Amino acid sequence: MGIVSEGFGGRRRSRADLPPGQYLTQDFPVLSAGPTPHIRTEHWEFVVTSESGERYRWDWAGLMGLPAEEITKDIHCVTRWSKLETSWKGVSLDTLLADVETAADFAMAHSYGGYTTNLPMEDLLDGQAWIAYEYDGEPVDPEHGGPARLLVPHLYFWKSAKWVRGLVLSDSEDLGFWETAGYHEYGDPWKEQRYAGD
Amino acid sequence: MERTALRRRLSWQVATVTDIRPETATARTLVLDVPDWAGHLAGQHLDVRLTAPDGYRASRSYSVSSDWRGDTIELTVEVVPDGEVSPYLVDVVKVGDQFEVRGPVGGWFVWKPEQEGPVQLIGGGSGIAPLMAMLRAHATSGSTTPVRLIYSVRRPASVIFVGDLKELAASEHVDVRLVYTREAPAGEPRVGRIDADVIGQYAFTPVDAPTSYVCGPTPFVETVADLLVEAGHDPARVRTERFGPTGG
Repeated sequence: MGIVSEGFGGRRRSRADLPPGQYLTQDFPVLSAGPTPHIRTEHWEFVVTSESGERYRWDWAGLMGLPAEEITKDIHCVTRWSKLETSWKGVSLDTLLADVETAADFAMAHSYGGYTTNLPMEDLLDGQAWIAYEYDGEPVDPEHGGPARLLVPHLYFWKSAKWVRGLVLSDSEDLGFWETAGYHEYGDPWKEQRYAGD
Repeated sequence: MERTALRRRLSWQVATVTDIRPETATARTLVLDVPDWAGHLAGQHLDVRLTAPDGYRASRSYSVSSDWRGDTIELTVEVVPDGEVSPYLVDVVKVGDQFEVRGPVGGWFVWKPEQEGPVQLIGGGSGIAPLMAMLRAHATSGSTTPVRLIYSVRRPASVIFVGDLKELAASEHVDVRLVYTREAPAGEPRVGRIDADVIGQYAFTPVDAPTSYVCGPTPFVETVADLLVEAGHDPARVRTERFGPTGG
């Protein structure tokens, strides 16, 4: 059991329906590495670059023209807060990637402001990932990643890249921003994959 | 990418409290002995894990406020009202007690003495902790890199590291500016939050091309980072670390 702290009781906010080491919050805390980029939708674009270098591009109107989904999912931040049943609206990556010719195994998400995060392709498909542009019925705030963010709720929330601007698909796995800085390359909250080697 | 060489697994280590220094009414510094501490960069944090007598565990992250000096590290912790771990660390733990730590973590919000260019530090409240590690690393390394600290506090009694800051400010390479948001000491007319005037008056200019480090509660960090960008600083040179409202 390790070292016991006699005077420590704890507030016991962890719950069986939360991943290990997480506690429940009702707020929506912000975590990012730099200033918040403010991107106007008329300048926004989302570009998927396949492993052969082919580019697939959507502007804001193009994104709005795609079938949208209402998504209700729990989210888990590596800094230990979890928030249950968050509601989003966005376009499934199954829809966006449907006509992309690729056999790539990995993707690097790129964001306005320079942020990157790496994901296996199989975690982006089959109803697991979206480009989300509404949160709780309102446009996503810039500080929470608006106008549009990646939403991959089954992984720690740093994988849900804020201010997303594109995916670069690849046969090999490179590491993104936090992954290079010592965080886990995959980030499964249920396996508590917080840091490299966990 | 040489991931295997760089990506060492972090394991839990036992830390023993060897000294405690009160900083303010709600914050104190714990001096910890961690045998075989692998070293850290100024600005990095670690995880503290507490285990209750019945096995219940809770972990939180804290910035290291000391620079790397062998097996001794310092954590400066402020009580988060209604927090889970911080009240124990500030009000309960005593010299000789032990708990577990794991780290260091974080390779972005760090300053290295060999880094080029001036250093702009802007802290709010207990957000001073990782900035203090940078100031100490600057002093220990004998760096002549110009450093400016703007430190926002509610009132004079809220200043953490008050003695250390006076000593560090004696260096010709370090400028320390306190900004009081609620109550200022006698002779200091200005009371208010950091704004464009404060940035314009006391921060490095964009022409100086500093690397800026901003740490504090989320609204503080959002405001200050926006002010720096509006003043013309390259967003890529503004690094932030936020203490969420549900930390603790």
